[in-house]
This record gives sequence, structure tokens and C-alpha cells, in this order.
Amino acid sequence: MSILVDKNTRVIVQGATGRDGSFHTRKMKEDGTNIVGGITPGKGGLKLDTIPIFDSVSEAKEATGANASVIFVPAKFASSAIIEASDASIPLIVCITEGVPVLDMVKIYHLVRSRSGVLIGPNCPGLISPGECKIGIMPAPIHRRGSIGVISRSGTLTYEVVNCLSNADMGQSTCIGIGGDPIIGTDYIELLELFEADKNTDAVVLIGEIGGDSEERAAGFIRRKMKKPVVAFVSGRSAPEGKRMGHAGAIISGGQGTAAAKVAAFKAANVAVADTPSEIPGLVARQLERQ
Amino acid sequence: MKVHEYQARDLFKTYNIPVNDYKLVSNAKEAREASMAWKQVVVKAQVLVGGRGKAGGVKLANSPEEVEAKAAVISGLEIGGYRVDKMLVCDSASIEKEYYLGLILDRSRQGITLMLTDQGGVDIEELAEINPSAIHRLTLHPHKGIDGATLDSFLANSISLEGLRRQAISTIKNLYSLFLENDASLVEINPYALTPGGKMLALDSKINFDDNALFKHPEIEALRNPEESSPDELEARTKGLSFVSLDGDIGCMVNGAGLAMATLDLIELHGGKAANFLDVGGSSNPQKAVDALGIILRNNRIKAILINIFGGITRCDDIANGLLMARKKLDIDVPLIIRLVGTNEKEGRAILKEAGLDAIYDLDDAVRKVIRAARGVS
Repeated sequence: MSILVDKNTRVIVQGATGRDGSFHTRKMKEDGTNIVGGITPGKGGLKLDTIPIFDSVSEAKEATGANASVIFVPAKFASSAIIEASDASIPLIVCITEGVPVLDMVKIYHLVRSRSGVLIGPNCPGLISPGECKIGIMPAPIHRRGSIGVISRSGTLTYEVVNCLSNADMGQSTCIGIGGDPIIGTDYIELLELFEADKNTDAVVLIGEIGGDSEERAAGFIRRKMKKPVVAFVSGRSAPEGKRMGHAGAIISGGQGTAAAKVAAFKAANVAVADTPSEIPGLVARQLERQ
Repeated sequence: MKVHEYQARDLFKTYNIPVNDYKLVSNAKEAREASMAWKQVVVKAQVLVGGRGKAGGVKLANSPEEVEAKAAVISGLEIGGYRVDKMLVCDSASIEKEYYLGLILDRSRQGITLMLTDQGGVDIEELAEINPSAIHRLTLHPHKGIDGATLDSFLANSISLEGLRRQAISTIKNLYSLFLENDASLVEINPYALTPGGKMLALDSKINFDDNALFKHPEIEALRNPEESSPDELEARTKGLSFVSLDGDIGCMVNGAGLAMATLDLIELHGGKAANFLDVGGSSNPQKAVDALGIILRNNRIKAILINIFGGITRCDDIANGLLMARKKLDIDVPLIIRLVGTNEKEGRAILKEAGLDAIYDLDDAVRKVIRAARGVS
């Protein structure tokens, strides 16, 4: 039906009682996610509406059988929150928090992998399999159930693209925001692999941006390994060199990481590249017809 | 965050990384006095951009008179948009061979990559393009530490004498500690020089720090040079906004960096030019919209403003309330084109409607409309 998350995903929220954490915990629940608990140290035993709050991830896991955790705690505490979730053997960890120190992430990246866990983010909107499970902050009503997979380094730009797809009656199997930081838990290639193997995904939309070489490497993977059509969009075409455009990862330096290089890599891999978000549904339709 | 060469040198010294002697000065007279201790000196402009050598910001001098004259020229320069306020006067070491030594955060290998070449002293990015195989790379992982034997055989590629390798190993280990302990994202020595006396010295120093980690290092934060960002960019940062000045006439306020970039791209695609990148971020309380518009409006080139919000963690009603507050507090004398979609969209639109403001749904429409407005066509 989808990748990574579905109806059976049991979610706990680290930082469930803060301003953003509580707002989005309630939203996720309203949107049909099976939220089984929240974690705020010192508030164990309390409840957020009907959701039990625990002092630690391991207590929450023990009591609820959670198999996914989403992190809303402030940046200063986010690294230890991810480590706590990994220590408790939570298989899927989604870190929404922005501003996590990059070297912390280098260590965490290897730690989570050594335990075969999956980390999405940080600095990401999370992921959603429409109608089944939403772990994150995206507005659920713009999504439709369907067969297009979406992977993106951005948050709100993903909503823009999903909205265009849904308005064109193209539902989504799973939409994942992988995050805008230099070091992220999961990159395009692993998710492209999952979508290629998912029998309910017919095509993938990949949303990239300037900085790094993830898009170029993804293009190489698509050329070599993928049969399903991929449509790409790259933001930052008009960005000046040497200026960090918001995301820690979105910077062109030393002529590296330009939008032009990424677009060229996709085109060389036979990936259709959209010039605007609103062009994406048309390109997806054309690619699917060709199959 | 970037720091000056002299600030990086100070840190090198704390970490026992050998450097040639230097003094920091702020004018030609001070440069002359500082140079007295040495026979030959190099005067170097302290600016936060690369390419200062090509711009005439680095000069060799053989006498106090020559130092004063050359420092006077350098202190009058503007390099990459930065005025030269400070100069380094350094003992000019004679050089037998120049290396490049760098540690850089490696996104695709999720580690820190050590880079070394015996063709130092040149622009490393140029070398990477012309002759990439001349640069040797070794990726290090903080959770594993450095293995001395691996490092030694890596260095043997470029440094044949064991005694020199021993010096380089000590410098690399210290540089790596500096990198890890201070959350750097880049540390470079170019040139890393071999003197005729057989000493390996850092003749230059460059460090970039991870902005996300500065909260752990107040002493590094204290090194911040305000000229790294424009006053508007600085103010935006203190208010939790991400702002970059550009040279067009359409002000932009967007939530999310990716959507903000895509919005600028769309403006350009439709024939307009944005005046700024501005990400109001997630979790915006209404005050953020007021702060954002305040900064945008300070630019007197602005002819129209596009507000593009796709609510996720940002709520459309917060933005709508912020816009109304901004209308009361600020003198908004240019057309405001508002595009509002996503979390709490209904509530947000209702708030705007009550105040007589309309919100557009389609992004392409909004972009076309703001370009027309900037051209004075309605």
C-alpha cells in the first residue's frame, strides 16, 4: 500500500506537550494516525486529551508497543532525543526539529544505521501515507490516496507539489520529506529503492534543491536501477553563489551544487524535469502513458 | 559562520598547530612597527572572502618603508564587497614546498574528509577541476577516531620523508580535535608549507563553523564578525527569520526555504526579479510576519510584495493575524499580494476577508499578479 508507514504503525511523540508538539500531535490523531503515547520528561502519568504521557521512550515503548517515534523537541535537545529513541530500539524515527548540530548528526547517522533503524530528517516535515498514517506536520487534507510516491528535501515546497498532484487527481502512495540539512538520516536513493519495489507506487516525483550532490547521485541510481518513471523538480535556479538559502544544505559553493548541474544529471538519466511545480502532474501523466 | 584568518590562527595556536609568527594591525603605521622584528614580511588583508591574493590583498615587503607603503594600498582596498579594516603582518617564511591540507564535512560520506595535495598554494577548487587525482582524500568518522597507521600510509602518497610525516600527523590530529571540539564544518591550511629548515608550518588558516552548533560554543560565537551579514540579515537572524538580500524589486515573504527558493525561481521565470529571500520559518507567531514585512519594507527598491504561505507547522491564521498587525504598525505603501494555503487556511482567509483583504489560491497566479503590480499594471 505504501512505504515505511501504514495503518499498523504505532506512533509516539517526543515533545508532545510543547506548543508545536501538542498542536501537531492532535492534528496527527485527527488525521487518523495511531498515536499511542507522548514523551515529556517530568510529565509521565499525565495525559494530552486521551493520549498517555510517559517520562521516557523506553517506558512508552514498553507500555504501548510503539514502532515509530516523531521528535518535536527544541534543537538543543533533539540529538539526545534521537539517541534515546534509537537506544529504545524504535525502528522508525522521524525528527521534525530544525537546527540540529551537523556533527551530532554525523555520529547519529552511523549509530542509527548500526542498529538497522531508519531515521527520517532532521529538519523535515515527516512522512504520510494518505488515509493510513501521517507522522509529521504536513496538512493532511491536501493529500489523496493513490499511486504516486513523493520524495523531497523541502517541506512547504512538497505541499505545493502534492497539492498540484491532488488537484490533478493524482493521489499519493507515500510522501516523504527527507530534510534540508547537510547530513540526513535517509537520502533519496534508499527511498527510490523502496518505491521501485512497492507494488502500489506507479511513478515517483523527486523534489530537489541546490547544494550537495544527492540529486546527481539519485539521477545515477535512477538511470541504472529504476524502471518506474521519475519526474524531478529542482529549486534554487535563480539562487546566487555563496549564499545559504535558508536550509543549511542549500548553498552553491565553489561552483558545486548548482541547479543547472542537477537538472542536467536528471535529463541524462531520462528523468523529466519540471520548470514549475504546476507542470509536474502533466509530466507524470505523460511518463505514465509512455510505460 | 566564517572567521578571519587571524582568528583561525589564534585557534590553531591553542591547538598546537605550528604557524609562522604574525601580528594583527589596523593601519599602515602599525604595520610598519609590527614588521620591525622580521627581515621580510607578508602583509595580508583580513576579509571574509577568498581570492584576496588575486585582488591585490596579499603583498611581500622587504623594508619598513615598503611595508608601510604596501599596507597603505591594501588598507584602501575593497575585496569581494568587504572593506579591509584589519591586516596581518607575518614573518615571511621561505618555502621549499607547498601543500594543501583540509578537513571538510562530507555530506555524501557522512563523515569528515581529510584532503591533502602536494600542489598547495593554488586555488583548491580550481585544482579539483583541472587535476582532481592530485588531491588525496581520506574520510574519517568521529565515532571511530583516527588510526595512526592508516594516516601514515595515506600521507605517504604526498610526503615521502618520515620526519615530515610525523609533523603532519601531529598537525592533522590537532586539526581534527579542533574540528570536532568546536563543531567546525571546514578547516583549511593553504599553503601548508615545508621550510628549508625541515619544518611544516601553517602559513594560512581558514575555519568555518556550523551555525546550528554555536549554542554550544559561546567563545566561538563571540568571534562573529558582523560584516559577514548585511544589517538586515543580522536583524532577521535575531528575529528567527532567514533573510538574504538580492537585487530585484519584488519583496518576498515565504514559509519554508524550498518554497521560498521556488518562489524566487518562478518570479524570474515569469520575467520579474526578487529583492530578497525570506523564510519566516515554521511555528510562526503573528509577530514574525510583522518583523518580516518591516525588514522587507526598509529596502526602498521594493515595488510590490508577495506573501506566499503554504501552511504546515505554520498556521494560516497566525500569518493572517500578523499581516493585520503589520498593516496597523507599518506604513505599507506598496501592493501586497497574498497567497495563503494549508493548515488553518479557512480561519486565515476569514480573518483577512473581514479586514477587506483577499488571498489568492494558485501560486502561478500570485506570481503573475505581483510582477504586474511591480510594473505598475493592475
